[in-house]
Amino acid sequence: MCLAVPIKIIEVNDIKAIGEIEGVKREVNVSLIPEVKIGEYVLLHAGFAIQIIDEEAAKEILSIWKDLLKKL
Amino acid sequence: MKFINEYNDPKLINKFYTLIDKIMNEIGRPVKLMEVCGTHTMNIGKAGIRSRIPKKLILLSGPGCPVCVTPSEYVSYAIELAKKENTIITTFGDMVKVPNSKEEALKIFPKNKVRIVYTPLDTLTIAKDNPDKEVIFLGVGFETTIPVIGQVLLMAYEKKLKNFSMLTSLKTVPEPLKILSQNENNKIDGFILPGHVSIIIGLKAYEPLGIRGVVTGFEPLDILMGIYKLLQQVKNNEVQIENQYPRAVTYEGNIIMQNIMKEVFQVADTRWRGLSTLPKSGLIIKKKYEKYDTMKRFNIKEMEEGEPKGCQCGNVLIGVINPRECPLFGKACTPDNPIGPCMVSSEGACSAYYKYEQ
Repeated sequence: MCLAVPIKIIEVNDIKAIGEIEGVKREVNVSLIPEVKIGEYVLLHAGFAIQIIDEEAAKEILSIWKDLLKKL
Repeated sequence: MKFINEYNDPKLINKFYTLIDKIMNEIGRPVKLMEVCGTHTMNIGKAGIRSRIPKKLILLSGPGCPVCVTPSEYVSYAIELAKKENTIITTFGDMVKVPNSKEEALKIFPKNKVRIVYTPLDTLTIAKDNPDKEVIFLGVGFETTIPVIGQVLLMAYEKKLKNFSMLTSLKTVPEPLKILSQNENNKIDGFILPGHVSIIIGLKAYEPLGIRGVVTGFEPLDILMGIYKLLQQVKNNEVQIENQYPRAVTYEGNIIMQNIMKEVFQVADTRWRGLSTLPKSGLIIKKKYEKYDTMKRFNIKEMEEGEPKGCQCGNVLIGVINPRECPLFGKACTPDNPIGPCMVSSEGACSAYYKYEQ
């Protein structure tokens, strides 16, 4: 039940936002992360966005591991 | 990036298995790791990770399945409330199938009586649309869900909703981790820590525990990275908290959500299936908001119930046995006819083993 899925925010109206995942639109309550901007990915849990995904951090970790795995 | 496909690349995944084989050879002894979160248990099963890692690397499933650790009496309270004429129960899906010690479950009630909701926000709409009914939300969960539940309670408070309350069973992760890490009879070398709980509580929440842990995401590559980082710590004899999931988890956690938790709830001793009553291991609704607390509103007398006969869920939840070692597993107890909560919830270890690891 701690499942949370990444979803792209395409519309923000105060605390109500619209997110899109694989072409499907869903209502997302963003009152827990009010700083969210259109175009950002968030983690959606039980109707609420609980985090903005940090793309830079994601890229950095992936590239570290890819470099390490290349040496195998 | 879409944050899913990038972590499911079969080539990278295969290479990770090679890395894990290599480091396990270097360690040269059996290693026991525990995945604390039920979503990890489910995804480890789905990705077939247990069947691809060395036999000496044992992944135990921990107590992080909210439905599984919710005590049997909670189900009985909910059933009694559902029997009342003027009530509507709203709940996340898994909860309706969980039997109490008498093997009764909420699924016997009609769908307009016990309503499955995707978000607790829907409960507020149901309460507004049914002013002559008492609407009761079954608020079950860990730190990922607690702020969401708290936020909905605050919304009901602001709207001065008169026919809404919550029957809560809210658990927090750090306390049982401490107890599991100190169990001399079942020594665990390290913990795959729950990524989404950690978004809220932050890395700092684990530091006082003195455990070896890696906060880990949920896609196959995330999980393999988390396991590998733990094995590196084992090999180097280090004990620290690391973050494999920095795209979502920070050191401090989310302050807004921590504040909601502090505003609405207070720390309490709570009952866990399998672990009995643990001090300071959960949250209850504060006095200020007690009119939204179903236990108070309906004057429910607290009681304690045992487990369904023969159910080993308690031992499964602390990693003492694996689901296959329970005599009921796959015979008397299956997902279609579950005896205990670990077989009911899709995140329960028994259910995940039945589905993915038979």
